Amino acid sequence: MTSALPVRLSGRDPRTRMRVLLAPVVLGVLVLGLWQLAVESFEIDPFVIPSPQAIFDRFITNISSIVDGVTVTGRNALMGLVIGAVIGIVGALLASATWIFDEMTAPLVAALSVIPIVALAPVLYTLYGAAAETARIIVAALSVIVPVYLNTLRGLRQVRPVHRDLMRSHAASAPQVARTVTLPTATPYVFTGLRIASSLAVISALIAEYFGGPVGGLGKSITSAAASSNYPLAWAYVLGAILLGLAFYVVTLLVERFFTRHTGSD
Amino acid sequence: MSTVASPGATGAGSTTTAVTVTRVHRLFAAQGKGSSVSALEDVDLTVADGEFVSLIGPSGCGKSTLLRLIADLDQPTSGTVEVFGKPAQRARLDHDYGIAFQQAGLLPWRSVTANVELPLELHGMDRRARRDRVGELLELVGLSDFAKHYPDQLSGGMQQRVAIARSLAEKPKLLLMDEPFGALDEITRERMQNELVRIGAETGAAVVFVTHSIPEAVFLSDRVVVMSPRPGRIVDVVPSDLGAAERRDDSFRDDAAFFHTVARVREHLHGTPVSGIRGVENQ
Ligand SMILES: Nc1ncnc2c1ncn2[C@@H]1O[C@H](COP(=O)(O)OP(=O)(O)OP(=O)(O)O)[C@@H](O)[C@H]1O
Ligand SMILES: [Mg+2]
Repeated sequence: MTSALPVRLSGRDPRTRMRVLLAPVVLGVLVLGLWQLAVESFEIDPFVIPSPQAIFDRFITNISSIVDGVTVTGRNALMGLVIGAVIGIVGALLASATWIFDEMTAPLVAALSVIPIVALAPVLYTLYGAAAETARIIVAALSVIVPVYLNTLRGLRQVRPVHRDLMRSHAASAPQVARTVTLPTATPYVFTGLRIASSLAVISALIAEYFGGPVGGLGKSITSAAASSNYPLAWAYVLGAILLGLAFYVVTLLVERFFTRHTGSD
Repeated sequence: MSTVASPGATGAGSTTTAVTVTRVHRLFAAQGKGSSVSALEDVDLTVADGEFVSLIGPSGCGKSTLLRLIADLDQPTSGTVEVFGKPAQRARLDHDYGIAFQQAGLLPWRSVTANVELPLELHGMDRRARRDRVGELLELVGLSDFAKHYPDQLSGGMQQRVAIARSLAEKPKLLLMDEPFGALDEITRERMQNELVRIGAETGAAVVFVTHSIPEAVFLSDRVVVMSPRPGRIVDVVPSDLGAAERRDDSFRDDAAFFHTVARVREHLHGTPVSGIRGVENQ
């Protein structure tokens, strides 16, 4: 009882919320301070690790090129996320509606989930041309399909027996059952899948840039900065990538929160 | 006193029956290592139009199963179930009954209003008429102030009342209720019982009512059907037609005839005569 109380309060009581937010911030500042101190006092070379101060300086001075990189990589990740999500959701709908489709796709999904998808990037660059973003979008989309598909399918199968009975007792048609019970039941699961997939989309789109394609993205910028031994700049781009991934995660998390606010009664 | 086809409030010489269950068996096949369960064996039951019948019996004796067969949510292994002279399936497709489940079974993503109006929405009533009807129903179950709340913001008893309102939405001629008052406190419970008697009298609906409470069964019913478990059988049918619905008010709860009937039902439930009426179980 007593230990459950603070957890339940964490969302409500502003003072507890403050503390929950403050703790990681304090830790972060502390770590950065120690890092800075260590780099300065031990005179660590920038190719081992640059100081946070140096990284931050480069981040500010190169902000426009970092924003460009974030835009390119972010767009690829977003398009991949949308395309992959649509394929995953439609596939899950088909699989839950027809068991034969489910049986057919099960091994395919299992195979897709073990393929290191970014490893396909070089192949896709030769297929779609190294001058286009297509290969990167495809890599992001492919990495999104499986988690979205699996979560959606799971959600579609969570319909409670009493709800099925309820709809049957009212002689509801199949589309009515889908609209009033099956889809609302699955919705929170879909968004859980999207939250997991959103980080994957960013990571995949970024890593895919390491294997070729046009310049401009964060991944490309990180490699070229590192290649020209500008390590603080490389780290500044990494910081940009972290912020991009965080943005994707937070947005999808908030959407998921919204859709799970009323779940589970009686 | 006439018992088997006691007329309901509609009376009017109608001879149709609301529910006819004939020699019904329901065997749940064994799954894996478990043995098969004979949930219902040779069950015959007739519920007249407008009649209030309670099913009472120990846990697992097949009350919910019988209700599900009537609702065509499950099919008998053998025997027939007819509702208003039609096969149960036809009656279900014709929206002939309203049902309240043992678990409230509300849709958590819908507000109280949206939950209550679900049957009306599914069957194409227009929005304006729906809102009016929902207003009436929420008034009836005392939840007008909670119209915009969501099920996870309600207590268990409040959720059950929403489910009851939902089952009444289309003014069905047959109400199937599976322990609808199970999670209610004694005061709300008695109020809901009085309301149910009134609704039954007003709409002339037949009611099949599952309960674990003997006084509740006796207070509400024209007949109390006593069941026994494994295999689920009807042990006896105790008439409780101690007066028309109009007479079943709170004073009836203190009536000598009421206690007499309670004692009779207890006897049948326990299989042995029980002397005295003290300690009547209430849940
Ligand atoms: N879907 C099912 N599959 C297998 N067995 C079932 C199923 N439904 C019910 N049974 C069995 O049938 C018997 C009667 O169940 P039922 O739910 O009708 O009991 P009940 O009288 O409603 O009990 P309670 O008062 O606890 O609600 C039980 O022994 C149960 O195990
Ligand atoms: Mg039951």
